[in-house]
Amino acid sequence: MSKVKFNKETGPREVFCGLTSIVWLHRRMPDAFFLVVGSRTCAHLIQSAAGVMIFAEPRFGTAILEEKDLAGLADAHEELDRVVNDLIARRPEIKTLFLVGSCPSEVIKLDLATVAEKLNKRFLGQVRFVNYSGSGIETTFTQGEDGALKALIPLMESSNEEKLLLVGTLANNVEDRFKKIFRNLGISKIESFPPRQSTELPKIGKNTKVLLTQPYLSDTVRDLKHRGCEIISAPFPLGIEGSTKWFLAAAKAFKISELKVHEIISPLINRAKLALDSHKEILKGKRLFLLPESQLEISLARFLHNECEMDLIEVGTPYLNKDLMKEEINLLPDNTKIVEGQHVEKQLDRVRESNPDLVVCGMGLANPLEAEGISTKWSIEMVFSPIHGIDQAADLAGLFSKPLKRNQILTSKTLVTH
Amino acid sequence: MELTLWTYEGPPHVGAMRIASSMKDIHYVLHAPQGDTYADLLFTMIERRGKRPPVTYTTFQARDLGGDTAELVKKNIKEAVERFKPKTLLVGESCTAELIQDQPGALAKGMGFDMPIVNLELPAYSKKENWGASETFYQLTRTLLKEKVSSSDKINPLRWRELGRRPKVNILGPSLLGFRCRDDVIEIQRILSEQGIDTNVVAPLGASPDDIERLIDAEINICLYQEIAEASCEWLKRNFGMEYTNTIPIGIKNTIEFINEVHKKLDLPLTNKEELENKSKLPWYSKSVDSNYLTGKRVFIFGDGTHAIAAAKIAKEELGFEVVGLGTYSREMARQVRATAKDLNVEALITNNYLEVEDAMKKAAPELVLGTQMERHSAKRLGIPCSVISTPMHVQDVPARYSPQMGWEGANVIFDDWVHPLMMGLEEHLIDMFKHDFEFVDGHQSHLGHTATNTNDSLNSEKRKEKNSKEGIIWTESGRAELIKVPFFVRGKVKTNTEKYAILRGIPEISDETLYDAKAYFS
Repeated sequence: MSKVKFNKETGPREVFCGLTSIVWLHRRMPDAFFLVVGSRTCAHLIQSAAGVMIFAEPRFGTAILEEKDLAGLADAHEELDRVVNDLIARRPEIKTLFLVGSCPSEVIKLDLATVAEKLNKRFLGQVRFVNYSGSGIETTFTQGEDGALKALIPLMESSNEEKLLLVGTLANNVEDRFKKIFRNLGISKIESFPPRQSTELPKIGKNTKVLLTQPYLSDTVRDLKHRGCEIISAPFPLGIEGSTKWFLAAAKAFKISELKVHEIISPLINRAKLALDSHKEILKGKRLFLLPESQLEISLARFLHNECEMDLIEVGTPYLNKDLMKEEINLLPDNTKIVEGQHVEKQLDRVRESNPDLVVCGMGLANPLEAEGISTKWSIEMVFSPIHGIDQAADLAGLFSKPLKRNQILTSKTLVTH
Repeated sequence: MELTLWTYEGPPHVGAMRIASSMKDIHYVLHAPQGDTYADLLFTMIERRGKRPPVTYTTFQARDLGGDTAELVKKNIKEAVERFKPKTLLVGESCTAELIQDQPGALAKGMGFDMPIVNLELPAYSKKENWGASETFYQLTRTLLKEKVSSSDKINPLRWRELGRRPKVNILGPSLLGFRCRDDVIEIQRILSEQGIDTNVVAPLGASPDDIERLIDAEINICLYQEIAEASCEWLKRNFGMEYTNTIPIGIKNTIEFINEVHKKLDLPLTNKEELENKSKLPWYSKSVDSNYLTGKRVFIFGDGTHAIAAAKIAKEELGFEVVGLGTYSREMARQVRATAKDLNVEALITNNYLEVEDAMKKAAPELVLGTQMERHSAKRLGIPCSVISTPMHVQDVPARYSPQMGWEGANVIFDDWVHPLMMGLEEHLIDMFKHDFEFVDGHQSHLGHTATNTNDSLNSEKRKEKNSKEGIIWTESGRAELIKVPFFVRGKVKTNTEKYAILRGIPEISDETLYDAKAYFS
């Protein structure tokens, strides 16, 4: 392991909770509905993070707890029953309903597992119910996806068929690209989790080789291991380097030669390098500060340093699973400062002291930092944009070069005329 | 339990944040888990504020619940006070903290600070954002002024004469995330100043705790937004005898009425009555012959109480529309909205469910919708023109230009904002009428989006173009499949670029790989 410096920090935070991941999960599985059992705050959070007004009826909603629900849990269960009945009557196309726990539902100990079990019996053959917690007292942002996937594992049937299982939500077009490349490598059976339809869950077993596409799936990985799956250890497919090593690791698990991998991906690498060049020109030598939010920070830091030649000041992450991140950490330069957790005020002090060229942060902090003259990239865009894979390396770099380029244009002393 | 897909108002502590963020020298310690920090983006992204809201979230986690969350609260309060040195501290809790009953306000008061501390108890499971803002502003005003209650005589609104100065008023209610508040304040101050009336304090927007303490230097209060300021105005009236205005100066008639009311309360003679009619272009524009087509236009109105009621009055009396629906999501204003609706012979719709609003809109079959950003979307789906008149806030509702709703300029803005979508509606009609004429250019992008354009037509033309691809280049199945995945708004460009690249390289067949080669080449 490279000599990185690990630090931990606690204090007031500025991050989203796990409920936010519903914003991309519901798009991935259009036949599912996510019902948060929570407060008006939860409803307001999701709509504010997602800007959902464009949907007539979104595939997520909140059962808002009211005073009378807090008085007695029995009544709350009954009320939830009523809300679910209404919802299913209104939306008969729903195949899977996620009951999503929140901070208030966890604190009052609303037993969503029991509720789900009862509902499963009643709606047998029509709708499946699963439950997980996206509460901010337990989860941060992307950890919501971890919870949702973990909740689906018990529904997955067993099979000893050999297959490659890509785990973690990907943009559909990126997923298609990956599958094509794996097929070209000679892997015939490739499936994704989560699938595009919630009812088409892959079967798993001891010949399932799991390749993670996202770094925030600690609990899911643990449960897949318990089901006998083999977890392929690899960095994550961000940038050329990460993606190449990711493909190589998968190939190795399927006993495919390195030569074959290089043969197939080197044209991709060559054109990606070409595309990356213009961004590298802007990013090279610039100093980067990553605030914690998505758990993608370590992989992003690795890409931006190794392939775009940025200097890393500090790499924040809301949560660090050293085991899962081992391959990534090995690729980081020596003396990289990783900070797990947050004390937002102290961290912002360090941002100001270190005078970075670019800060990756949440939406609450971006404009205030810009107003102080610090360029920013808001991190939520990383989970909404197709950034994985070799073909997307330049797009990923572009997310970071654009604010710097824009800043350069706007602060330019001479007026460019055409 | 209430199933909510989308909500007009946030929770009450967001209302408290609106007050804290509107003011100076205030800090708000909010006992809340980490996810609640999303609320910061309402201010920094939607309102485009260059400052973080002055809020510290205690960020308690599940593992803290077994231990001492009260200690965590005290630690955060201590750090926040040391770091931000506020002149007044607000302490409260969000929905989850309310359940664990740490009573952060009481804890703060026991910590020996000498600054005023306002303990905010905002019931998250029964109240909403505007109520929270109103309650916070009221508790803050009360805390900072309660000691002066017994020592002060009731304020005589005529005392400015004896004091030998111009009358002074406070403008109460404007806040961040309020609809066009920034510009309304400027407009109202300008009008008052023209009438010889000075502004003592504007609050909460831009005020400090010191300003709140000198509210009683004014003779009367202008209650600009009842949702936010009425409770405070009422308390100031009860305890200091300060009168406050009831008229909301939106529209010409109400602006004149408002000026009358202020003069009456101050016993200040109104000398320029005739002039007032000509201060805005709205009356003449509305009278001019080209506005004839506005007569009897069916309009559906939904918004917060203040703006919905004002819109109904302007629609009917100043523009000659027919109001076919009126409603609000502000339960606190339900009584007033019902009264206005009764006068207009329609049934008031009081709801927090946007689907109910959309249904009512459909049934009313209006020609224009005046609503929130959500009604704009609903109207778009129904193919009806819409203008936005109320919160909840959207980034479009904070325009760069001066764009008030109140006063003379507000009336000008309203005329333009409401009439232009109707004219666009007319244009839509013409486009539809002439679309089969050969001069008509195919692919016209309507402002009403998908409802107004014929999807089949545009798909067919796309297919046609694909077949006749220039230079005899062929798109293979994989290439076409990849192209379809590109978002429609850039698809044309990607297609052209890929073909350009193929020609350049002498590639006869475009596959998905060619597309990515071209993408890399042009990036």
